[in-house]
Amino acid sequence: MNEEPTQYADVAELNSGKLLSGSVVGTRPVRPDGIDKVTGKARFGADIQLPGTLTGVVFRSPHAHARLLKINVSAALALPGVKAIITSDDLPLIAEELAMDKGQPPDFRDMSANILAREKVLYEGHAIAAIAAIDEMTAQQALSLIEVDYAVLPHVIDLQQAMEPDAPLLNEHNITKGIKPAPKKPSNIASRYEQVHGDVAAGFAEAEIIIVEEFTTQPVHQAYIEPHACLAQVAPSGKTDIWCSSQGQFMVQAYCARLLQMPLSDIRVIPMEIGGGFGGKTTVYLEPLAVLLSQKTGCPVRMEMTRAEVFKATGPTSGSYMSIKIGARNDGTIVAVEGVLCYQAGAFPGSPVRLGCMTAFAPYNIPNVKLIGYDVLVNRPKSAAYRAPGAPMASFAAESLIDMLAQKLKMDPIALRMLNAADNGTQTAYGVNFKNIGYRQTLEAARNHPHYSAPLGPHQGRGIASGFWFNIGGHSSAAIRINNDGSVLVSTGNPDIGGSRASMAMMAADILGLAYEQIQVEIVDTSSIAPSDLTGGSRVTFAVGMAVSQAASAVVEDLRRRAALLWQVDQDQVTWSAGFALLMNATTPKRFSLAELAQHSADTGGPITAEITINAQGAGPGFATHICDVELDPETGGVKVLRYTAIQDVGKAIHPAYVEGQMQGGAVQGIGWALNEAYLYDENGRLLNPGFLDYRIPVASDVPMIDTVLVEVPNPRHPFGVKGVGEVPIIPPLGAVANAVARAAGTRLFDLPMSPPAIHKALKRAARRRRQ
Amino acid sequence: MEYCAPGTLAEACAALGAASGTVKVMAGGTDLLPRFAAGTPRPALVIDIKKVPEAREIRQLSDGGFVIGSACSGNQISAQTALVASWPGLTEAMDLIGSVQIQGRASLGGNLCNASPAADSVPALIAARARCRIAGSNSERELPVEDVIVSPGRTCLRQDEFIVSFSLPARPQRSADAYLRMTPRTEMDIAIAGAAVNLTLDEHGVIQECHVVLGAVGPIPVYALAAARILLGTRLEDEVRQRFKRQVSVMCRPISDKRGSAEYRTDVTAVLAERAALVAYSRAMA
Ligand SMILES: Cc1cc2nc3c(=O)[nH]c(=O)nc-3n(C[C@H](O)[C@H](O)[C@H](O)COP(=O)(O)OP(=O)(O)OC[C@H]3O[C@@H](n4cnc5c(N)ncnc54)[C@H](O)[C@@H]3O)c2cc1C
Repeated sequence: MNEEPTQYADVAELNSGKLLSGSVVGTRPVRPDGIDKVTGKARFGADIQLPGTLTGVVFRSPHAHARLLKINVSAALALPGVKAIITSDDLPLIAEELAMDKGQPPDFRDMSANILAREKVLYEGHAIAAIAAIDEMTAQQALSLIEVDYAVLPHVIDLQQAMEPDAPLLNEHNITKGIKPAPKKPSNIASRYEQVHGDVAAGFAEAEIIIVEEFTTQPVHQAYIEPHACLAQVAPSGKTDIWCSSQGQFMVQAYCARLLQMPLSDIRVIPMEIGGGFGGKTTVYLEPLAVLLSQKTGCPVRMEMTRAEVFKATGPTSGSYMSIKIGARNDGTIVAVEGVLCYQAGAFPGSPVRLGCMTAFAPYNIPNVKLIGYDVLVNRPKSAAYRAPGAPMASFAAESLIDMLAQKLKMDPIALRMLNAADNGTQTAYGVNFKNIGYRQTLEAARNHPHYSAPLGPHQGRGIASGFWFNIGGHSSAAIRINNDGSVLVSTGNPDIGGSRASMAMMAADILGLAYEQIQVEIVDTSSIAPSDLTGGSRVTFAVGMAVSQAASAVVEDLRRRAALLWQVDQDQVTWSAGFALLMNATTPKRFSLAELAQHSADTGGPITAEITINAQGAGPGFATHICDVELDPETGGVKVLRYTAIQDVGKAIHPAYVEGQMQGGAVQGIGWALNEAYLYDENGRLLNPGFLDYRIPVASDVPMIDTVLVEVPNPRHPFGVKGVGEVPIIPPLGAVANAVARAAGTRLFDLPMSPPAIHKALKRAARRRRQ
Repeated sequence: MEYCAPGTLAEACAALGAASGTVKVMAGGTDLLPRFAAGTPRPALVIDIKKVPEAREIRQLSDGGFVIGSACSGNQISAQTALVASWPGLTEAMDLIGSVQIQGRASLGGNLCNASPAADSVPALIAARARCRIAGSNSERELPVEDVIVSPGRTCLRQDEFIVSFSLPARPQRSADAYLRMTPRTEMDIAIAGAAVNLTLDEHGVIQECHVVLGAVGPIPVYALAAARILLGTRLEDEVRQRFKRQVSVMCRPISDKRGSAEYRTDVTAVLAERAALVAYSRAMA
C-alpha cells in the first residue's frame, strides 16, 4: 500500500539467521474471529449504537465539475430534528507548507478538500456538506433542502483528453512537477516521473525484433463488501472516540488530528472488524465529518455510506493509458524497454504511476529500461490504493508484450520468461538488488504443473503472466501478556483483514511452545498499544509478525529469568522448551509450566508482559506466475475462465489456507478487472453504474476453483521466513487472461475490460481482416 | 406507507377497489422493494398477494395445460416436475432470474408487471402463448401475455386490477420450448439480449407450429412472427437457419446503452434465437 518500496537496509539481523519452526506454523487452524463472523456476531463499522446517537449524511455534488457560488443550508437547518450542518468552512485551513510530511503523500490540503469541497466540486459525488439529524428520514429530508448555486464547468473524464492542451482544467494552479524547467502553463498533468536504467538507445540498437503497442485499462474499485462507516463521540472535554472500520486505527487517528487540527492525544480510535479494504480503507472520508458533527451537537454521530456513495466518492484505482516498446534478440533475450505510462489520479494528484513504472518489468533482468510516468487529473473520485497499487495495469502491458514476443519468436512463453528471469543479484531498473527471490522457482513450478501441459479444445487458449511486488515492513507494535492462569494474550494495532490474528497466534504459539488454542489475539485501540503502520503493503504477517515474535522471545527470556530466580540458579542453566522452563543439569531435572510461572509471578517481579515496537526491515519481494485457460464463444464474444492456477513465492506460509485465500482472492479480482469491471459515465460526467448490478465483479459461478501452488523460498530476514503475500496475486491475472484470450481468439485485445461486446468486436474485426 | 396481505381473492379485489391513494401490488417484492431503497416514492398502500390461494398454486388441467399462480416463486415453479417437463424453456427462463435468494421470492407476475424490456420470463411466456387471468375490484378479464406490457415500466392493468394467474395451453406431442439470454456474468445480471422459441413438430420432425420472441431488443418483447414463419415446414436446415438469423436481426430494434451497443445486441440476438431453436428442436425430438 505504501508508496515507498522497501530498500534492503543493513541493520543488524533480527535473529541469528536460523529460521524458526514449530509444530503450529504451517498448519491450518480455524481463525479466532471465524465463528463470530459466520454467525453474524462480529461488529463492523456500522454496528455501534450509543444512546442519543444522531445520523450523519453527506450532501454530494450532482455535477462532475462546478464552481460553488453559494451554499444555503438555512432551510435544511430549520427542519425540526436537524441538529447541525457543516461545510468546508468548518474545516481548518491547512497551510501549503504543512500539507505534506517531508514532501511525502498524503497531501492533507487535498484530503481536506476531498472530504468537503472548497470553492469547486471536482467529481459527481464530491461531498459539499454533512448533516446530523435525529434519524435517517429527517437527515434525508434535510438533504433535499440544501440549496447550492453552481457555475457548472466543462469536465473531463477521459485520461487522454485530460492531457490535451485545451482540456478543461481541474486545478488552474497545477504546474506539472518533475519537469525542468517547470512548465509556464497549468495543465491536468500533476507530475512526471522518469525511471532510467542503462542506455535504451544502445539497447534498441542491439535488438533484432521490436514491438510497440498501446494499452488502456479502466479504473476499478476495490469493491469491499462493507461500505465505509463510523461513529464519533466527542466528550465535553474534547476527548474524542471514533469507532470505525479501516485498515489502520492509528492512520484514522493521525489523519483526523491533522485534518481537524486536534491534539493526537484527544483522539482514540477503536477498530471494528473490517469487511474488506484492499487498500481502499487507507484513508478517511467520513470520520472527520462525524467528529465535527459530534463536536457541534454534543451527541454521538453515526455515518454510513450507501453503495452508490462508495462508488461515486471513494477511490478506485487508476485507469491507464500506456505506450510501450520492447526490443529483443532473436534468441529471446530482452535488450531494451521504453515507454510512457499515464495514470488517472482522479480529482487530486496521487496515482500510483511511479509504482507502475517500477514494477512493470521487475521480474526480468533487462539491461536498458526507460519508463516515464504521468499522474493525470480527471473529474473522477480521487484514486486510492488497491492491492499492489499501480502494478497490475503496468504488468498487463508488460506481460502482453512478452507474450507477443513469444508468439513472434515461436518460443514457449515460460521458456522466454526463464531466459530473462531476474535472479538473486539482479539489479532492478528502479535501483534495488534482488536477494533471496523465488521468481525462477515459480516459473519452474508452472512449467511442471499438469495444468501447463493439459490439452486445449477448440476456441480455448492458455495464457501465462508473471508479477512482482515489493512488500514492505515498517513501524509495528505488539504486546504479549501472560494471564495468571497461564493463558496468553497477544495484542496488536493492526486490523485483521486476511486472517492475521491466526498467523500472529501461530507464531507466538511456536515461540512460546504452546498450543494455538492457548493464545488469544486482540486488535486494540490507539490508547492501548504503541502506534503501528496500517494494515497494507502485505506487511502485517511479515512486520507485525516480527514484532509478535520478538515479544514472544522477550517473554520467554523473562520466563527463564523467573524460573532461574525460583530455582536460585543462573539463568543460563534454564532452557525453554514446549511451554516449560527446564533445569536439566540439576541432580533431579526440574521443570515449571507456563501456568506455574504465571501463578508465581508475584514472587518473581509481578505480571508477565512484553511490548515490542520495531521499524521492520528486510521485507522480501514477492513474485508470482499464473496460468489461465479461457474458452471463447466466437459468436457472442462470451468468455469462460476454464482453469486457473496461481503460483507464488510466499517465503513461508504461516497459515497455508489463508495464504491460498489471498492468492485466490487476488486472482478473482484480477479476472474481474480483465473481463468486465469498468466505470461508465454519461455525457455529463455522471456515473451510470454505481452498484454491483452493472459494475460487474465476478460472482462465484464466473470463476473456476482457483488452484494454488505455494513456492517457499524463505526470507532470512524474518524469524519464520515470511514474505508478504497479499498483493502479488492481483498482478498477473490481467496479463494471464489477456494472453489466454489472445491465443484463443487469434487476435489480441489491448484495452481492458475484455467484455463480451469488446471481444465480439475484436473477433469481427479480425475476421474482416482475414477476408481482405 | 400501509401494508395489507389479504387472504382471499375477494379480499384482495376489495382492498384494491377501496384504496384511495397510490396502490402497489406486491408479490416477491424483488423489484418493488429495491426501488424504494433507490429513492422511488412509496405508495400509500402495498397489497401483498402472496396469501391469495389462487395466486400461489400450480395446477395441471385435465387437458394437460397448466395454471400457474402469478405470485408463485421461482423455487415453487422449478419443483413442479410435470411443468418443467412440458415447458422446459419457460421454467429455465424463470430459473435464470437472480440467485438462490431471489428465486425464493421472484414471481412470474412480478417479472411481467415490472415491464422491463429485459425481463427473462416474459419472452418465454409469450412464446408459450400464455394467457393471464386479471381480477379487478368489480370485474375479471383474460388477456394474452403479449398484450400486458405497453411500454417500459408500464402495463395495461388498471389501478384496481392485478394478475391472478397464468394459463398455459395443452401441449401436443413433440412440443418443446427453450430460452437463452446473454449476460456478461453467469448470474446476477440483466439480459443484454434474450430469445425464446416454442415449437411443435410432426412425426417426421418437421416444424408445425413455431413462436419466436426476442427480449431486450426493443421497448417491449418482440413477437417475431416473420422469423417464426421461416422455420415452419422445415427441420432447421443450415440454410433455413441462416435466413432465420437474418430475419431475427431485421426485427431487432435495440438501443445502445451501458449494457451493450445496438449492433452487438442485434448480432447476439440472432445467435441466441438460432441456438434456442436448435435446443427446442432437439427437446421436441427427444
Ligand atoms: C438481485 C436481483 C437479481 C435479479 N435478476 C433478474 C434476472 O436475472 N432476470 C430478470 O428478469 N429479473 C431479475 N430481477 C428482477 C426481479 O427479481 C424479477 O423481475 C422478479 O420476477 C419480480 O418478481 P417479484 O414477485 O419479486 O415482483 P415484485 O417486486 O413483487 O413486483 C414487481 C412489479 O410488478 C407488480 N406486480 C407484482 N405482481 C403483480 C401481479 N400479480 N399483478 C399485477 N402487478 C403485479 C408490482 O406492483 C411491481 O410493480 C432481479 C432482481 C434482483 C433484486
